[in-house]
Amino acid sequence: MFVRGMLCAEFQRGIMSRTVQCMLRRDILCRSSPRHSPSVCRVESYVNKRSLCALRWSCASVAVFLGGCNMDVLSPKGDIGIQEKSLILIAMGLMLVVVIPVIAMTLYFAWRYRASNTKATYAPKWSHSTAIEAVVWTIPCIIIAILATITWRTSHTLDPYKPLQSNVKPITIQAVALDWKWLFIYPDYGVASVNEVAFPAGTPVHFEITSDSVMNAFFIPQLGSQIYAMAGMNTDLNLMANESGKFEGLSSNYSGEGFSDMHFMAVATSQQGFTDWVNKAKASASPLDAQTYHALAQPSEKQPVSYYTSVKPDLYNDIIKQYMGDMNMGRIGEPSPSQASAVPSPNDHAKASE
Amino acid sequence: MFGKLSLSAIPFHEPIIMGTLLMVCLGGAALLGWVTYQRKWGYLWSEWFTTVDHKRIGIMYVILALVMLLRGFADAIMMRAQQAIASADAAGYLPPHHYDQIFTAHGVIMIFFVAMPFVVGLMNLVVPLQIGARDVAYPFLNSLSYWLTASGVVLVMLSMFVGDFAATGWLAYPPLSELKFSPTVGVDYYIWALQLSGLGTTLSGINFVVTILRMRTPGMKLMQMPVFTWTALVTNILIVAAFPVLTVALALLAADRYLDMHFFTNELGGNAMLYINLIWIWGHPEVYILILPAFGAFSEIVATFSGKPLFGYKSMVYATAGIGVLSFLVWLHHFFTMGSGADVNAFFGITTMIISVPTGVKLFNWLFTMYRGRIRFTLPMMWTVAFMVTFTIGGMTGVLMAVPGADFVLHNSLFLIAHFHNVIIGGVLFGMFAAVNYWFPKAFGFKLEERWGKASFWCWVVGFYMAFMPLYVLGLMGMTRRMNHYANPAWQPYLIVAAAGAGIIALGIGFMVLQFVVSIRNRAENRDLTGDPWGGRTLEWSTSSPAPFYNFAVLPQVEELDQFWADKEHKRAYRRQERYADIHMPRNTGVGVFMAAFGTVLGFAMIWHIWWLAVAGLLGMVGSFITRAYDTDVDYYVPGAEVEKIERARLIPQPGIDHVDPAKAGQKVA
Repeated sequence: MFVRGMLCAEFQRGIMSRTVQCMLRRDILCRSSPRHSPSVCRVESYVNKRSLCALRWSCASVAVFLGGCNMDVLSPKGDIGIQEKSLILIAMGLMLVVVIPVIAMTLYFAWRYRASNTKATYAPKWSHSTAIEAVVWTIPCIIIAILATITWRTSHTLDPYKPLQSNVKPITIQAVALDWKWLFIYPDYGVASVNEVAFPAGTPVHFEITSDSVMNAFFIPQLGSQIYAMAGMNTDLNLMANESGKFEGLSSNYSGEGFSDMHFMAVATSQQGFTDWVNKAKASASPLDAQTYHALAQPSEKQPVSYYTSVKPDLYNDIIKQYMGDMNMGRIGEPSPSQASAVPSPNDHAKASE
Repeated sequence: MFGKLSLSAIPFHEPIIMGTLLMVCLGGAALLGWVTYQRKWGYLWSEWFTTVDHKRIGIMYVILALVMLLRGFADAIMMRAQQAIASADAAGYLPPHHYDQIFTAHGVIMIFFVAMPFVVGLMNLVVPLQIGARDVAYPFLNSLSYWLTASGVVLVMLSMFVGDFAATGWLAYPPLSELKFSPTVGVDYYIWALQLSGLGTTLSGINFVVTILRMRTPGMKLMQMPVFTWTALVTNILIVAAFPVLTVALALLAADRYLDMHFFTNELGGNAMLYINLIWIWGHPEVYILILPAFGAFSEIVATFSGKPLFGYKSMVYATAGIGVLSFLVWLHHFFTMGSGADVNAFFGITTMIISVPTGVKLFNWLFTMYRGRIRFTLPMMWTVAFMVTFTIGGMTGVLMAVPGADFVLHNSLFLIAHFHNVIIGGVLFGMFAAVNYWFPKAFGFKLEERWGKASFWCWVVGFYMAFMPLYVLGLMGMTRRMNHYANPAWQPYLIVAAAGAGIIALGIGFMVLQFVVSIRNRAENRDLTGDPWGGRTLEWSTSSPAPFYNFAVLPQVEELDQFWADKEHKRAYRRQERYADIHMPRNTGVGVFMAAFGTVLGFAMIWHIWWLAVAGLLGMVGSFITRAYDTDVDYYVPGAEVEKIERARLIPQPGIDHVDPAKAGQKVA
């Protein structure tokens, strides 16, 4: 049994090294053709049959577990999301190569060596084997070495700050987390919207994200990565939708009472659809000046979608600067601090939420 | 006069809370009345509350943990019920203000007041017995640690009825936990409850590091310590290193809230990221503080019930120490999405994965301990097998989230919730249940009966999978954590299954209570007269059950690992002495109770800004301590004659290793 165990381990090790090779090559493939939607189960033919079989089994078990429901994270509609999905499946498959045998061995050993089975060998003194120890340290080390390589590379390729490679000029959208809604500013178009963000499909979107309140996280599950929104700071996120559609977006970091309703709709449109959308916002009667912004920033729940035109230039930077350095700078839309009596008390937030 | 406290602090308008308050009052009154009626106050005070005996303190810790498990679980059931019905933007039955406090309290209670007391209690009960010591290094400090933990519990429980609790999530991330966004006393309850109990935990950590390093029985080298003691040593080193960070983080938050400072505010140069780093520099070692002793317990159990020494003892020790060191190098994986650069994220992702290497080795070592064993499927062993399967799955999803690119879509989702419940329930809690069943006879002198225990086991295991596997799927469906209600009706079926799973776990808890009740009632049948009910290998099984208050009449001599097993094999165990020497023991003291009581007053007064009372509490605490410092009558000698009387009354088992009931176990020793 023991020898068989060793052989089995050797066998797996062989599989793993080949698995990696195939993954590495596949990854190169999908990088060279960004639109290519990779599926781990479809592995290139140069991979030898045994490893293909092992991978298939791993994938099949994942698929069974996950099948039959509409899972945003696993049905991505954007480049980043697609890469993240395949990363998840690769990492899971790789780990299942060791996890499944461990679970199987646990159950098998527990059954085989039950006390009532007196036919099984009993070695009451046996507690050390350098060979086994070497193997049980080596197997996890190999798997982790492979995963670490993948991790190092994907951490860089999927870095939210990294601009996406594309022939199309990216569009910049500034997202501000407010209590409890999302404000989206289009600096290049002078428009803004609340709880709805639109962009053309196939165009890289460069999100600049901050908060004018507590911490939130900006997340459109079907497009990929999320990132925190923090007051006085800017975070970047680069995403792209590969096809038109409406995708649910949300805050994935708890931010207080109105948090559960702090979701928005991300609309990926055609180029023409986007132009129409911008024109719709431009036609809006409400300009987003300091006073309007100040009113908007007050806590509110279930805020309906709304559009703004004539956005105050540099509004986004002003929102961040409120919290930086200059102590004499007042809050946007508020009277300057010298008119102290008019400044709302720090407890306004709490009162509004009561 | 009473600071912010007034009658309006009691939430009369909340029927759920008032109902609970009524139940607590009635239950409390019944309990107090019963104790009074039985005239047990004197006994409780002199034998239990003031005790410095590590075994009794350990038992009190575990009782505290079990009681708080009921509270924490009640919170869990309420959350599962809320999410099961609040679909398609239905409001459910819990308004956000209440629901947000419940998920915060659930996390705080389960980690600080269930898992921690469980683990610390277990180490109290077992470690001195395993290293052949008569008590811990600082018995009074041990009592103080326990009562400070109890102070934290008192404050958390009080927050339900007087004022409110934090509605910030269990780590109270600023700026949400700052005065501006959380102006009520909730976060102050959080801060003071954790500061008091955290002080207790730090003192415990110091106590056990010294105990293990300095109080081992003659001859016992470090590499001859049982694995549970090894894990306890590493855990306590982690406590000593990590808990001060928590104390500092909370103190800075308190400075923001009380002294108008700006460490973590949005304004005036404050930065919440600092708090988030600090809290996780404590928080990640914390999860290893919890899991390592569970690993230790599984190691003892798997060796005992496989009838073999633990496979790869040295590997196990190095793996434990390795995990301890690495646990300080991974904290950033809790916030890959905070905008760190790719190099930083990748570094912390990879260090996190490296931890899975020693952890994987441990699993293999348990496997090969079972290999060619004669496994007796008692309850502790059943919990161990369930753990090995469950924890492997949890470990896998953990490593998955250690890949930053994967975490970018899984972070803060229910996938994460499923993962950490997978390892904390499947690891820590299963471990503690295994340990309770395993060491119970050593604490009380009789075994727990198996029938209700097995019913409880199956409910827990089935309930666990039903409650948490759907959460993995929900995470992949894009559902984030801490939602009071949600728009997407596709999530609801999974949440209903999860709620049903929680219901099955509730049955498991019920059967567990029944197991205790039935076992106590039928204790005569399950009496352990040998002191070695399982055929154990380590020193704690060489003394009688329950262990005498001095643990060992004669300190055991240790020359090898599993000394007791070797003694039994060579028929050297259970030697009677001609004479017994006097034994030096610490005297009971009530100072720990008083200091913690004053500490509770201090905390309560600070929460409500009742400054004069806070001063009184602080003076009381310091005063009690000074009084104790001048007390010279802190120890005594048990006369050898009395030891002899106790030892003579003990039934001495056969000296071999065959008394483990070989017929039943099918045990044939080669």
